[in-house]
Amino acid sequence: MSEMKKIKNLKEFSTSADRFEGANLLCPGCAHSIIVREVLNATNDDMVLSASTGCLEVCTAVYPYTSWDASWIHIGFENSSTAVAGAESMYKALKKKGRLKQPDRNPKFVSFAGDGASYDIGFQWISGCMERGHNIMHIVLDNEVYANTGGQRSSSTPIGSSATTSPAGKVSYGEKKNKKDMMTIMAAHGIPYAAQVSPNKWKDMVKKIQHGFAVEGPVFINAVSPCTTEWKFDPKDTMHLADLATDSLVFPLYEIIDGRELNITYRPKNVVPVEEYLAAQGRFKHLFKDEYKYLIKEWQERVDANWAYLQRREEARV
Amino acid sequence: MAKKGWDEFEIGAMLRTFNGKIDDIAGTRQENRDYSENSSYTASVADWRLIKPVFNKDYCIDCQFCWVYCPDVSIISRDQKLIGIDMDHCKGCGICVEVCPTNPKSLLMFPEQADEETEIASWPKKDEKEA
Repeated sequence: MSEMKKIKNLKEFSTSADRFEGANLLCPGCAHSIIVREVLNATNDDMVLSASTGCLEVCTAVYPYTSWDASWIHIGFENSSTAVAGAESMYKALKKKGRLKQPDRNPKFVSFAGDGASYDIGFQWISGCMERGHNIMHIVLDNEVYANTGGQRSSSTPIGSSATTSPAGKVSYGEKKNKKDMMTIMAAHGIPYAAQVSPNKWKDMVKKIQHGFAVEGPVFINAVSPCTTEWKFDPKDTMHLADLATDSLVFPLYEIIDGRELNITYRPKNVVPVEEYLAAQGRFKHLFKDEYKYLIKEWQERVDANWAYLQRREEARV
Repeated sequence: MAKKGWDEFEIGAMLRTFNGKIDDIAGTRQENRDYSENSSYTASVADWRLIKPVFNKDYCIDCQFCWVYCPDVSIISRDQKLIGIDMDHCKGCGICVEVCPTNPKSLLMFPEQADEETEIASWPKKDEKEA
């Protein structure tokens, strides 16, 4: 049962039987469910899941319905990671005492959380799980805003983005602080695996998820999830936005093994200017006014500097 | 099901997705699962849709891009072949049409009231690349 599922190509992948159901109440074109499907289909093993409060939780568990075909725990805003960590500890203890009826089923423990629940509210809890070394995977569905409650800024919101608590207008260009570098923070816990993924690169995603399941210890995954409502684009363009995010290197795809060894897993053949990524979204509309044009230049410089840093780190193997 | 009010259900309730037991969920296709009334599979969001995707199998190359990128598990794929669209769960976002690589596309969006057979009969022709 615990053998890794072999997925060579998309046709093979499409024979997976989904364990996530439709008729959830996520917006049309929401990337959350695309990511969840890719994660759940990456393995055939049993799963123990949980989700922090956020779009995913409130939309997939609207009483009296549930959209999950695997064990799923509905829990508070901050503690999805600790809920699965508790389940994992209990599983280990029962296995040790020989009280499991099917001890070799080897379930996978995964917690989903939005960026608000991971970068801000659940930060301490996740950090605790990583430090204690539970055998769990924490997946952040990073849409850079508190989308569920109406688009308040989170510490993942990037500079220049207009959110409801940091609106752009006459006196401000919107969010003034840069995005928190969660990947480096989590990798600094010395966890065996941390990776950044994107739903448009499904193969890269499945590979990283399977690697995360295979290693012993806590795994952190940061997944970019374009939000049609808060990023303000047409629902049909979700994958286009994900393409722009990875190809403009705003969301570089890389992994960090044991907190040190950094590998870049996707190098775009044609790097798209950041301007194109910004122009595709309504939340950055004001940046194209004359007085805020300098911010686009700063964006490009920041993204270039980050890419150069990642490459240097990959080369130096530190 | 007899609906309880929001203040009537007990704390720590458990919703069961299936009637009875399924040992190997990952190896059981949707049509063979015995969903309970608590699974959202038994619900429908078809009334969210203003436009619907229509599938023309003549041009499909079974690349499965639409399957992997469908947010609502509405592209039905069996034995590596696309066989149809689950109209109960499709919300009409149009991602499947955007990611379709064939020329002409084998999936296109039409207004909800459009007739599928007429649209397939008058499917657009191949786009010639401009020289």
